[in-house]
Amino acid sequence: MENMDDTSGSSFEDMGEIHQRMKEDEEEGDGEGVPEEGEEDGAFLGMKGFKSQLGRQVADEMWQAGKRQASKAFNLYANIDILRPYFDVEPIQVRNRLLESMIPIRLISFPQKIAVELYGPLMLVFTMVAILLHGMKSSGTVIREGTLMGTAIGTCFGYWLGVSSLVCFVAYLCNAQITMLQTLSLLGYGLFGHCVVLFITYNIHFHSLFYVFWLCIGGLSTLRMVAVLLSRTVGHTQRLILCGTVTALHMLFLLYLHFAYHKVVEGMSVCVA
Amino acid sequence: MAATEDKPDNGNKQLFSGLSDVSISGDIPVEGDITIPMASQSQDDDYSTLDEPVKDTIMRDLKAVGNKFFHVMYPKKSTALLRDWDLWGPLILCVSLALMLQGSYADSKDSGGPQFAEVFVIIWFGAVVITLNSKLLGGTISFFQSLCVLGYCILPLTVAMLVCRLLLLASINTVTFIIRLVVVAVMFAWSTLASTAFLADSQPPNRRALAVYPIFLFYFVISWMILTFNPSS
Repeated sequence: MENMDDTSGSSFEDMGEIHQRMKEDEEEGDGEGVPEEGEEDGAFLGMKGFKSQLGRQVADEMWQAGKRQASKAFNLYANIDILRPYFDVEPIQVRNRLLESMIPIRLISFPQKIAVELYGPLMLVFTMVAILLHGMKSSGTVIREGTLMGTAIGTCFGYWLGVSSLVCFVAYLCNAQITMLQTLSLLGYGLFGHCVVLFITYNIHFHSLFYVFWLCIGGLSTLRMVAVLLSRTVGHTQRLILCGTVTALHMLFLLYLHFAYHKVVEGMSVCVA
Repeated sequence: MAATEDKPDNGNKQLFSGLSDVSISGDIPVEGDITIPMASQSQDDDYSTLDEPVKDTIMRDLKAVGNKFFHVMYPKKSTALLRDWDLWGPLILCVSLALMLQGSYADSKDSGGPQFAEVFVIIWFGAVVITLNSKLLGGTISFFQSLCVLGYCILPLTVAMLVCRLLLLASINTVTFIIRLVVVAVMFAWSTLASTAFLADSQPPNRRALAVYPIFLFYFVISWMILTFNPSS
């Protein structure tokens, strides 16, 4: 540290300042006549002291600025470190959780486990963004104020974060045993069914097929979430409110996503026909 | 020697008790050279770039970028992309890809084609997300190294875009679509494999699949945009 102080001090010495100081010294010398050896030494030492003080001040300021920068960068990395435990998964675990998200377990007597993990949900949301982009593109959706990409990202992340917060809030009101991160994980894996249904039905345009998939695959992933929430809530009214909210939102979202970016193609095909 | 020495004050002895077993025998001279890391570095680049012609500077940088392009097109296990990263190549590729995807009907509002900003944002946002993901999974790679690799690995897709534009100039029918499909698919595989070859080593071996999935998705979206691009629609 001391070494740094010295170098920064000397490198920040202004040439103009030195010149002025030398001039001042000269003037002093002129006024007092020829100074003695000791006095000159003292003046030299004083200048040295002033210089080192200035250097220290500049170095101090630089140190402060550097520290601010470093702490900012460090905070970013610290935040990454905070998130790191939620990304601590193996590929097999992710695969199993994806499959489990479609298998409702009828076990309400004691709370079911929810794996708190964000890798799977995040990747599912990004996959859904890609699928939505595909759907928008193939349906010829035109968005006036904004881009398709922004809309797709906004929709998917908005749903994931927004509904998770809402469910968490309702769960808090209904006294359910679930945390925000668990909600995020649960809802995120619940999107797997949506991804599958949307991917198939954006490519194969049959209404009946969509409804069957909507009820089966979308229904299964919703049932899974409902079963988990049921096992963690006490009381009939509370269970009804919480599960009703989740079911309605989750199923209607799939319906919305399918028809919002599908209707245009239908209209056009009707026109062409 | 130092351990057996009896110091008069006890306080000092306790303070330096950790040092008491550090002993230096008398016949080893305690001397050496003090090397400053900065000095050796300045000796290394003794040639100065201040008084060289501008052409040399630009050519050197272009050569570095071209060299990296070559590494992407021929992805052996090489650390050239990782060792000295730069963002010039990714910028050039990204801008040229975005310009080619812009389409000739840029000013009409109903073109529905991807806009310049959209392509630009997809590439950079996607690369940042992949990098953060790999960091979160425990990868040992710096942020900009990863950005550099992902950006350079768009090169095959840019080539595919060029081929597609040329084919679209010729004619639009099923045959050209099949050719475009094949070209884009091959270039997509190339991009993914190249970036995986560079980035996979930095990941823990059991999580490679998790780190590769977002890369796959990223290049898939870009190649899908290239494939569906149609300037006349």
